[in-house]
Amino acid sequence: MDLPIDAQSIRDAVARRTVSAVEVCRAALDRIATGNPPLNAFRAIAHERALARAAELDARREGADVPDLPLLGVPVALKDNMCTRGVTTTASSRILEDYIPPYDATVVERLEAAGAVIVGKTNCDEFAMGSSTENSAYGPTRNPWALDRTPGGSSGGSAAAVAAGLVPLALGSDTGGSIRQPAALCGVVGFKPSYGRVSRYGLMAFASSLDQIGPFAASVTDAALMLGVIAGHDPCDSTSSPAAVPDFAAAVAGDGDLRGTRIGVPRHLFREGVDREVMQAYDAAIEVTRDRGAEIVDVVLEHSPEAIPVYYVIATAEASANLARYDGVRYGYRADDATTVGDMYDRSRGRGFGREVKRRIMLGTYVLSAGYYDAYYRKAQQVRTLIRRDYDRAFTTVDVIAMPTSPTAAFALGERTEDPVQMYLSDVFTVGANLAGLPAISIPCGFTQARLPIGLQFTGRFMEDATVLRVAHAYERATSWSAERPPRLTSQLSR
Amino acid sequence: MSDTFSRADVERVARLARLELTAAEKDLFARQLAGILAYAEQIQRVATDGIEPTSHAGDAAALRDDIVRPSLPREESLAAGPDADASAGLFKVPRVLG
Repeated sequence: MDLPIDAQSIRDAVARRTVSAVEVCRAALDRIATGNPPLNAFRAIAHERALARAAELDARREGADVPDLPLLGVPVALKDNMCTRGVTTTASSRILEDYIPPYDATVVERLEAAGAVIVGKTNCDEFAMGSSTENSAYGPTRNPWALDRTPGGSSGGSAAAVAAGLVPLALGSDTGGSIRQPAALCGVVGFKPSYGRVSRYGLMAFASSLDQIGPFAASVTDAALMLGVIAGHDPCDSTSSPAAVPDFAAAVAGDGDLRGTRIGVPRHLFREGVDREVMQAYDAAIEVTRDRGAEIVDVVLEHSPEAIPVYYVIATAEASANLARYDGVRYGYRADDATTVGDMYDRSRGRGFGREVKRRIMLGTYVLSAGYYDAYYRKAQQVRTLIRRDYDRAFTTVDVIAMPTSPTAAFALGERTEDPVQMYLSDVFTVGANLAGLPAISIPCGFTQARLPIGLQFTGRFMEDATVLRVAHAYERATSWSAERPPRLTSQLSR
Repeated sequence: MSDTFSRADVERVARLARLELTAAEKDLFARQLAGILAYAEQIQRVATDGIEPTSHAGDAAALRDDIVRPSLPREESLAAGPDADASAGLFKVPRVLG
């Protein structure tokens, strides 16, 4: 069966009874069976759970009234750091190789209540730590546009799955760019909501003050649809916002007129290290928004050059505390050759965690340790305040800020694995939104000569997620980049 | 602050973090953490006198009423333990005193 590519059309077809949820689910599972092996986008495929769920939706649909569910019958994939009751959830780590959560994350409950069918768990960097999906205990994910390149990370499996058309929607998590950067490198839409917009309950914590769950989709409209389902207050997450959830569908229903919208351009950040082709695509995108009526305004984010070191101090400090729970006692891998409990902790953690996770736990433990706390951790938190103030100031004169999402297009597998600092620089334009808690989106804005996707990022004011979606939608309407699909994987394999 | 990170530093931090590292990892991390910390030094250039630290970026965490709710049944809580004794209701570990 030829599935429509977008979630809204699938939902409408199921609701009209032109196709059943089971047929849609089988088609998605077939696509995954063919399309996933060269990509390794999925860490696990939930055949039985998905088909049972789809059958249940079809049974409900047999009644007089088709349930009015926004994602009725829509197949979705989840990054494997979100807990799914009864389905192995590993965070792509060896330490959780056989872990079966006893509960569902809040986003899982909300997706299923909205009629979505979860078809599998996607590969990621271990505990979401990385920018290439190479730090997975289950092998790297490959980029559907070029199989010798990374999909970005850490939510690379979710990005690749949507880019290759295996699922119309997927969830990722974004701590420093882990939704937006892979969305850019895979040529799809990826949205990091405002901090607190989406419950983190059931998300395996990496850096709690920065982590946020958000959607991947082939269009801004679909991303808005999925965000509307997962957003909202959750008593199980004390940091989730009690603010009312706006109508995100209305935000993307306009005709793309940007008159009256002011878009900030922090050109001082683009002087070095940004690929020429990325810069050209960015400049062209800014002109598109100007043609649609936007006013382009220069802005300065004075402390953004320090955002990467601030991020890596704060994120690793929080990670070192969050990952203390993996100790071989209550869940996960346990070294079986220890004679004391202390040795058991050390060996279980030393063998269960991969290298990048250990590197970050070490860094985080160091910056929190006696004698270094003030110089690193507290200092980074103070600079974080200055970074937030820079955004606050910029947002007095503009409505959104536009930047490239990533300074380069997709890089080759293995290219940056030996140099952590080089890998960390992949996040130079994305970490600011996490440090300041702001909503930010990446949307496709062009290709390099080698036909690798380039992403454009819009960042908005705190809790103005709808404005970000509105501007991104206007840009998307004015261009055709989001409609481009990668070449057939089979033709790449035979090259 | 020193911009080198010795093997002894690695061992001290690994003890705090409860991580057993191989000899190769100790050498690798000494080199790489020195590089990362040297890179992170640039935040020292920023003037921050009197600036409040930001610990998280959302609204202030909201307190809720303390309502008694059912928690996970004991068997389910124990189910993922690598050496749990469901009938006794315990996670077993190697001896605590060496």
